[in-house]
Amino acid sequence: MLTVSAIAERLGLNVVVKGDVSRTVSGCYVSDLLSDVMAHSKDDNLWITLQTHPNIVAVAVIKGIAAVILTNGRSPEAETVRKAEAEKVTIMISADGTFELAGRLYAMTKDLQP
Amino acid sequence: MAANDTLEGCFELMGGDFSNAGAASSELKSILTKLGISADIVRRAAVTAFEAEMNVIIHAVAGTMHYMIIDNTLTITLNDMGPGIESIELAMQEGYSTAPDWVREMGWGAGMGLPNIKKYADIFKIDTVVGEGTTLEIYFRLKGEKC
Amino acid sequence: MQLSKIIDLVNGTIVVDGGVAAIDITSVCSADLLSNVLRHGKKGALLVTCLNQPHVIRSAELADIPAVLLALGAIPVKDMVALAEEKKIVLLTTSLPMYTTCGILYGAGLRSCVED
Ligand SMILES: Nc1ncnc2c1ncn2[C@@H]1O[C@H](COP(=O)(O)OP(=O)(O)OP(=O)(O)O)[C@@H](O)[C@H]1O
Ligand SMILES: [Mg+2]
Repeated sequence: MLTVSAIAERLGLNVVVKGDVSRTVSGCYVSDLLSDVMAHSKDDNLWITLQTHPNIVAVAVIKGIAAVILTNGRSPEAETVRKAEAEKVTIMISADGTFELAGRLYAMTKDLQP
Repeated sequence: MAANDTLEGCFELMGGDFSNAGAASSELKSILTKLGISADIVRRAAVTAFEAEMNVIIHAVAGTMHYMIIDNTLTITLNDMGPGIESIELAMQEGYSTAPDWVREMGWGAGMGLPNIKKYADIFKIDTVVGEGTTLEIYFRLKGEKC
Repeated sequence: MQLSKIIDLVNGTIVVDGGVAAIDITSVCSADLLSNVLRHGKKGALLVTCLNQPHVIRSAELADIPAVLLALGAIPVKDMVALAEEKKIVLLTTSLPMYTTCGILYGAGLRSCVED
């Protein structure tokens, strides 16, 4: 069982907005399309995306996303940070591209779950 | 190609016309390839033309893409009638986008188009009048290295 | 990595065969934002996406990307298939989500397109 903070540490993520990082992560969803995340992500998923728009916060709240990870070193817009702080949604940044980050996370969780 | 050969052409672009999105850039790419221009320059020119073409389709009402090769320089010029850009400084910032939600659902609106053009072009100029339109001039040197 | 091996790994289906057998994939770019693909997608890369629209094929064509893999069972629209056929871009689908697709391909040794 991995928490958001454990994953942040293992993947070297930069936490820009710290919500409840003690949440246990159920899995991961990779997408840059908000409607796709709305339709298919699961409760307590991590969400890996390139989208930095404020709407990601609303989607994260509605879908019970444990934390959002922005890839390619993209920074959230100022309004996104403000909303995430208000909603206590964790937002983290990775310098890796989406493929690399998803690959590393997948490898990590496979090691941990027998 | 001799140094003083001129070659040019023009494509019409329609705002909102997603079904033909990229058709002009695709034709330009095949023209450049047939001229024997190096694959690296063709790729950079095609990508920048496509970003600029998409910006007209997404953000403007109508426009043209014109290309010209003279004295070993390829110039791609995009002229559009549209809202213009209020702040070029903001627009050039990676991640800045005014694209509406439906455009984001189509795969655009990352706010990376203009930064990509800047990265891939040898010289890139932008000129805009709010309420009238935008002109982009993109240059590639066809011999020698990117500077 | 041979594209045919990638198809095996993700249990993929070939929708448009733009010369699958001959294609060797050098890197992977996974994104649904096309300007990101145009920036980071390298010549010879595989594009993994959920977008099922023709301008995905345009992006691949213009950035010298030989193959597109649609994840999560996305069904390409007719125009996307037609353009892939015209431009000889390989179009594949897998029912796996993007995350699993990336995980499996990364685990098999493929890497991101690194920026120059
Ligand atoms: N031709 C244009 N006419 C009017 N506004 C434009 C034009 N081109 C760009 N812009 C403005 O500049 C912003 C940034 O443009 P850019 O191409 O970098 O990003 P984008 O088009 O929003 O997203 P992406 O290119 O990543 O799909 C746009 O969101 C828009 O506000
Ligand atoms: Mg753009």
